[in-house]
Formats: sequence, C-alpha cells, structure tokens
Amino acid sequence: MESVFLVIATLCYCLGTVGYLIYLVRDWTPVHRTSWWILFIGVIFHGISFALRSFQEEHLAVTSSAEALSFFALVLVSTYLIVQVRLQLRILGSFVSPLAVIFMLASTLLPSHIIPKSGIFQSGWVVLHVSTLFLANALFALAFSAGVMYLLQERHIKHKSFGYLYNRLPSLDRLDTINYFCLIIGFPLMTVGLVVGFAYAGNIWRSPWNWDPKEIFALITWIIYAILLHERLTVGWRGRRAAWMAIFGFSLVLVTFLGVNLFLKGHHTVFVR
Amino acid sequence: MSSIIVVGMNHKTAPVEVREQLALACREHVNPLRLLPHLDHVDELYYLSTCNRVEFLFTCQCRDEALREVGFLLNKHLGNPSTADLASYVYTHEGLEAVVHLFRVASSLDSMVVGEPQILGQIKSAYREATECRTVGVILNRLLHKAFSVAKRVRSETSIGSHAVSISYAAVELARKIFGTLEEKRVLLVGAGEMVELAAEHFLSHGVRHMTVANRTLERAIDLARQFKANTVSFEHILDTLKNVDIVLSSTGSPEPILRYQDVRSRMRERRNRPIFFIDIAVPRDVDPRINQIDNVYLYDIDDLQGIIDLNRDQRKKEAERAEHIVAEEALKFVTWLHTLDVVPTIVALKNKAEAIRLGELRRTFSQLPHLTDRDRESLELLTRSIVKKLLHDPIVFLKKKAERESRQTFADFTQQLFNLEDGTGICGSSLTEGQVDVKRIK
Repeated sequence: MESVFLVIATLCYCLGTVGYLIYLVRDWTPVHRTSWWILFIGVIFHGISFALRSFQEEHLAVTSSAEALSFFALVLVSTYLIVQVRLQLRILGSFVSPLAVIFMLASTLLPSHIIPKSGIFQSGWVVLHVSTLFLANALFALAFSAGVMYLLQERHIKHKSFGYLYNRLPSLDRLDTINYFCLIIGFPLMTVGLVVGFAYAGNIWRSPWNWDPKEIFALITWIIYAILLHERLTVGWRGRRAAWMAIFGFSLVLVTFLGVNLFLKGHHTVFVR
Repeated sequence: MSSIIVVGMNHKTAPVEVREQLALACREHVNPLRLLPHLDHVDELYYLSTCNRVEFLFTCQCRDEALREVGFLLNKHLGNPSTADLASYVYTHEGLEAVVHLFRVASSLDSMVVGEPQILGQIKSAYREATECRTVGVILNRLLHKAFSVAKRVRSETSIGSHAVSISYAAVELARKIFGTLEEKRVLLVGAGEMVELAAEHFLSHGVRHMTVANRTLERAIDLARQFKANTVSFEHILDTLKNVDIVLSSTGSPEPILRYQDVRSRMRERRNRPIFFIDIAVPRDVDPRINQIDNVYLYDIDDLQGIIDLNRDQRKKEAERAEHIVAEEALKFVTWLHTLDVVPTIVALKNKAEAIRLGELRRTFSQLPHLTDRDRESLELLTRSIVKKLLHDPIVFLKKKAERESRQTFADFTQQLFNLEDGTGICGSSLTEGQVDVKRIK
C-alpha cells in the first residue's frame, strides 16, 4: 500500500515540477497556484506512505539510502511549501521542485535493504537527530536554489546581457535575503542535530567521536556553514560569495548524505546501508 | 448624419519646421478653438498640438464644406503654401478611421516613442481647453472620454508602457532589480544637469527619500536640492559619502574620471559589502569602467543603458500589436453608438410633434369646458400624457433598435414621412428625398 502512495507522490511531484517550469517561462498565477496544490497533495501521500512504512519497521523509515533520500525529498517539498506561504517567492519553486523529483527518482535506483530491527533506532534521540538534520538540509537546499538564482541574476546584471530569466527572477537583494534566512534557521538546527547525534553515539558506542567518515564530513559541512554565517554577521559577506558558499555547502551535504553511505565504510553503515 | 473627421500632421508626415510653424501660429495668432464661430459647417471642434503632432478633430454634417473650411484655416496659419505641399503633409481620416486614429494616439501607439505616457496628459489638457471654450458637444465629449478609457485599458492589459525606453527609466528599473525596493535607499547625484534632474524625478516617484546632490557650482546644487528635498555635499567630499549611499548617478562635464577603481574598492569593506549601483551617463565617462569587476558593485554607462532601451523597444513592438486589437474593438463599439445618434433627431421630432398636438387639443378642450375644477384638469392632463406616451413607445423602441443597422436612415426618413415631421436629420439636403427613393424601392 505504501508503495502505491509513494508512486502517487512521485507523480504529483513530477506534475508540480512541470507546472513550475511552465511558470518559469510564463507569468501565469493560476499555473503557480495549481502547481502548489499538486505538490501539497504529493506531500500528503508521501507523508502517509512514510508513516505506514515507519509503523511497519517500528522506527523512522530512514535506514536505507533510498528511504533517507525519499524522506529528504518529503522534507524538502514541505519546507518549500511553507517557505512559499511565508515569503512569497514563487519562482523559487521552479528551482526546488526539480531537485525533489531528482531525489525521488534517485531513491528508486538506490539499494533499499531493510535491516534487522534493532533497539537503538527506537530512541527519541534518533527521531530528534534525524528530523533536525533533515530540516536543516532542506533549508540548505533552498539556500542552494536561491544561490543558483542569485548567480544567474547577477550574471545578467553584471554582464549586461538580459536573457528571458532576467524579467522572471527577483531582485538580487531578495535572493540574498532568502539565502540568509535559510542559513540563520538551518544552521542552529544542524548544530542541534549534530550535538544530539554525538551525544547518542557517546551513549551507545562509549565515544562521541569515532572517526567515522560520515562524522568527518558532517563536521566539515558544519564548519563551512559556520564560516559563512560568521562572515555574513561580522564582515558582511553577501551576494556572489555567499551564493557560492551556499552551493558549496549543499554539495558537501549531499556528499555527507549519499556519498559516504554508498562508497565509504564506516560506523554509520552499520545501520544505514 | 454627423461625421467625425481628423485632419492633422505628425512626425511621420510633416517635417518639424512645418509642424512648428503651424503650432506656433495656432498658439500666437489665433487659437483655432476661438475660430469655431466662423466655421459655419463645423459643429464640434477639438485641437491638439504637441511637439510631434498638430491635429484638428471635428464633427460636421457636410463633410466637403467642412473640410474646405478647415483646409482654408490650415492654409492661412501656414502662410499659404502651395496646396500640393499642404496635401502631402496632412492626413485626413473619417468616421471609423478617425476614431481608430484618436484611440491610437491616446494609447501612444502613434507616438514617436511607442508607449510613452505623456501623450495622454497632453490630450487631456487639450480637451480641457476645448471644454473651456465650449467647442465640444455630445459626440466629441463622449469620444474623448472613450479615448481616455481605451488608453487606460491598453496600459493595464498590455505591458506596452512597462518596458523602459528612456535612459532614466531604464536606470531605475535596473536599480529595482538590484535592490528590490528603493524606498530606504540613498541616492547621490553628481552633477546637476538636465539628465540628472530627470533621473532624480524618476527616483523620487519610486519612493527614494534620501538624495544628496554634489555639484561644482554650489548654487545649482542648492537649486536642485531644494527641488527634491535633498542635501548637498561639496564636490571634494564625494568619496566620503560612498560609505552611505546605495546609488550614484553621475553626469558631469569632467574630462577626467571622478571615481577610480581604488577609491571604490577600498570603501567596500567599510560598507560591509552592501551593494552599490553606479549610473554613469556622462560622456566622457565619470566612473572608471573597471569598478564593475568589484563584487557587489554594479556600473552602467550610457551605452549599456541604451542597449537595454533597444532591447525593450522590440518587446514593445509585440505588445503594440495586442494594443491595436483593443483599439480596433473599442473604435467599432464607439461607431455603433454614434450610429444610434442618427435616429435621435427623428425621435425628438416625433415627441415634440405629439406634445404640441396634445397641448393644443387640451387648451381647446379646457376653453370649451370652463366649469372643470383644477383636479379635473389635472386628471385630463395625466390622461392625455399617458395616451401619447403609450402610443409613441413602440415606434421609439423600433427606431432605437433599427439604429444599429445600416438601414437606419431609411427607417428614420420613413418615420418622418409617416408622421409628417419637419425637423429631420438632413440639414445637408437630400436625405429626405433619398429616403423617398428607398421607401419606393421597399414598396
């Protein structure tokens, strides 16, 4: 049953993405509104599917790369839908929804073993660790999209060559603000997630730091975002440099998230295959 | 039947010297609106003179006579050029064509810079003048009001006015793409020439509240500053203000660059990298072109802005096609309304005749029956009035319905003959007899 829901959700995301791509080219409000609702329906189905699966496995269904990626897509789309209502930056959808579709499709290609049930997943700490980090990553994905938009728009203005997107993209200031907004909320969430992770690791493995590749990459990512935030607050880094940092940071998130799961053996691989 | 005629010349048909001469003659010698009483065949008159066009819009019953009179007026104002010359400068549109022409002019489709917004204001003030001189009546009043609403519709339904085609407008649009809103932004104006003034107006209308003027001659700077409620700063201290301003608009006659790469670069850290936008409309340029390479610094010179304008002009052309469609649609509606006017005199004559008969008969009855009380008289008055009203109701509805058809004149003439009405529509003569011919054919 949950796989049927998952297919429906994927279809909704695809349809919503098509809508948002049309909206990128044509400024039609109804297209945007319809796409938003289609994504919303997708999120509902996806959420039900995730809940059913988690219920079956008796812990959060994020223990295989496929599941984790699919859950990430869910969090990403939900975050976008909320941010859209809050900030009203419609064109952001045209950049975020394709990401969600890519993640959904990639998740069907990735291995999806169901690992033996284990008591260590059933802790509230795991739920907190997973939810904060996924939310932070979703916000970083939004910052990444806003960064890409910023670089495109800045290119138009600096190079004085105005493509079609010039009229459709918002002002540089707006994009930079979005970038900052995602960072200022995402970074504390990420910090909480990591601290909880280390604490729980210390609890079950006797040591919070185990030189696990995932831990190392996570820390590097955290440092990158810490630098970005620090420079933003003190020196007033903004614009192009901040956009590039957001893009670089999110690439590291993906490496931490997928690359390490798939290619490097480590402590986390005990429960995330 | 009234016809609407436009006679005029614009930037496409007549060279500037001729337009100038006509506009000047109209302004200084005799205002054409004041001449209306002498134009026997022209009923309503409206006259528009801008730097790109001089136009007479009038209604008349007999087009040939009226055209001759207006032509004579033009000739006199132009100092009697040979008629061949005049004919080549002047265009004449009649009926639907004239309405379309007026709507196109009002919607800025016929302007030298398509989509420029000034023309509507010019038409409005010309119309105001005409109403003050009482030279416009039912038809032109309605026509001009319609022209205003068509222009508004074109503006709101197409983006013909939204593509920047002036330097200062293009600069403001760019600033909005960089800063989003301009409300809290600070603008530094370097130089105090006409271009700077124009741009300052645009910034002001987009909500900029903090402006600073720097000019070599302080008097001019103070003048400009007063006009825009701005501050002044001495020319030597421009570099210090760079810390606070967001937009710098420069247009001085300086042969040397005023702002150098190093000046700006070294101040970006102080600004905490807040973006800054330089608009350099001076030739030779005031701002070192290399500063565009600095992060968060944007520089546009006059050629860059011109590039945007050229681009937008193409965009405008596409929007103009949609606007033409709106104009054609509205013009057709207006002409339909105009036709319904043709039957109005017949209806009025019919009502007048009936009323005259009613009053005459009443008077006779009252004189024969002197013993009637006031209440009886009132009742009789009411009775006769309602009989007449009910009797005329159907013919009037019938005429109004036929007014939208081509054959309306036939029906109007037929009604006039049927009721032996004297006051017809055809002052010019032959419409009654034409009507007879038609009626015979119908029989």
